[in-house]
Amino acid sequence: MTIKILGTGCAKCKALEENVKKAVAKKGIFAQIEKIEDIQEIMNYGVMSTPVLVIDEKVVSTGKLLTVDQIEKLLG
Amino acid sequence: MWKNFVDTLIYHWLGLSGKLADALDFFIYDTVKIFTLLVVIIFVITLIRSYFPIERVRDYLATKHPLVGHILAALFGIITPFCSCSAIPLFLGFLQARIPLGITFSYLISAPMNNEIAIALLFALFGWKITALYIGFGLLVAIVAGIIIGKMDLEDEILIKPKPINAEAFEAEPLPLKDRTIEAWYHTMDLLKKIWLYVVIAVTIGGFIHGYVPTDFIVQLAGKDAWYAVPLATLLGVPMYSNAAGVLPLIEVLVNKGMSLGTALSFMMAITALSLPEAMILKKIMSTKLLFIFFGVVSIGIMVIGYLFNWILG
Repeated sequence: MTIKILGTGCAKCKALEENVKKAVAKKGIFAQIEKIEDIQEIMNYGVMSTPVLVIDEKVVSTGKLLTVDQIEKLLG
Repeated sequence: MWKNFVDTLIYHWLGLSGKLADALDFFIYDTVKIFTLLVVIIFVITLIRSYFPIERVRDYLATKHPLVGHILAALFGIITPFCSCSAIPLFLGFLQARIPLGITFSYLISAPMNNEIAIALLFALFGWKITALYIGFGLLVAIVAGIIIGKMDLEDEILIKPKPINAEAFEAEPLPLKDRTIEAWYHTMDLLKKIWLYVVIAVTIGGFIHGYVPTDFIVQLAGKDAWYAVPLATLLGVPMYSNAAGVLPLIEVLVNKGMSLGTALSFMMAITALSLPEAMILKKIMSTKLLFIFFGVVSIGIMVIGYLFNWILG
């Protein structure tokens, strides 16, 4: 599983990355977590509000700081 | 009713009197009123907003006649969230969807100007008439400035060329009302946490101005006869963005003390519409020339409104 966090480096994006790490640890799954800050690359996902959570190249949330619980649900 | 209660509390039950008691009375009355209205209004705007995800706004705007596009873009600015950290993806996302530059600017001007904190505070401090004037003229500035910028053929001044979207479009799951309500509430509390201290400090300072600064002084400085007040207020407003919450309560006191309404409106609009942090962020994606044109056109628009107001009411 590949998880990407897209964000231009604002506080919300950093917090989302932390929550993703916690959620992955809690689920005990193996996932590659990437943080993408390059605006060109972010724009390729057709999103307009950051932070964005992408799981296996599918956008699952935009513009929200998800809680650990919410991320766990999205991880399936 | 609330005013009567606070008056009774201070002057009868506690038996206080004098200038300090007046200041305390004003402070308690004002802070409770402001916070109550802030919570209600921000909550309502946030709840309405959850039905208008920005991606859908973009798709809708991409299919419209230019003039209608400018008007709608400015209107959407009211209901969509805007913080300066999302300015770049928003801006590029609009251009990516082939929305013309001028329409994108109409949105970019309106969104921070009509943010929920400013609207809630204006309503709490000045009542619905001034709030309506502020929103109405704010939309006008956004529409006209957007049209002017759009007519100048500045597409080449954008430094990043977004590629057309190649991923499948993201469509958020429709949430049940209960979840939307919970999210709106969290967002409201989150915002309050950020601004409450500024509001309290501003109301405190406002209370002192209210009690100690003579009216003549303000009238001379920023009354309707001071021709330089409007441009000065506009220039002062630009660096103050992050503190709309701290500045608006002070403007209320200044207006009560004789600052003319046009000058006050220019001041508020400059504070919310133009900000240095946003300029720094936008600098990454647009040329300095375009950035100056954007700030210049909007500043002139804001000043025109200030003068117009002072002239009509003067």
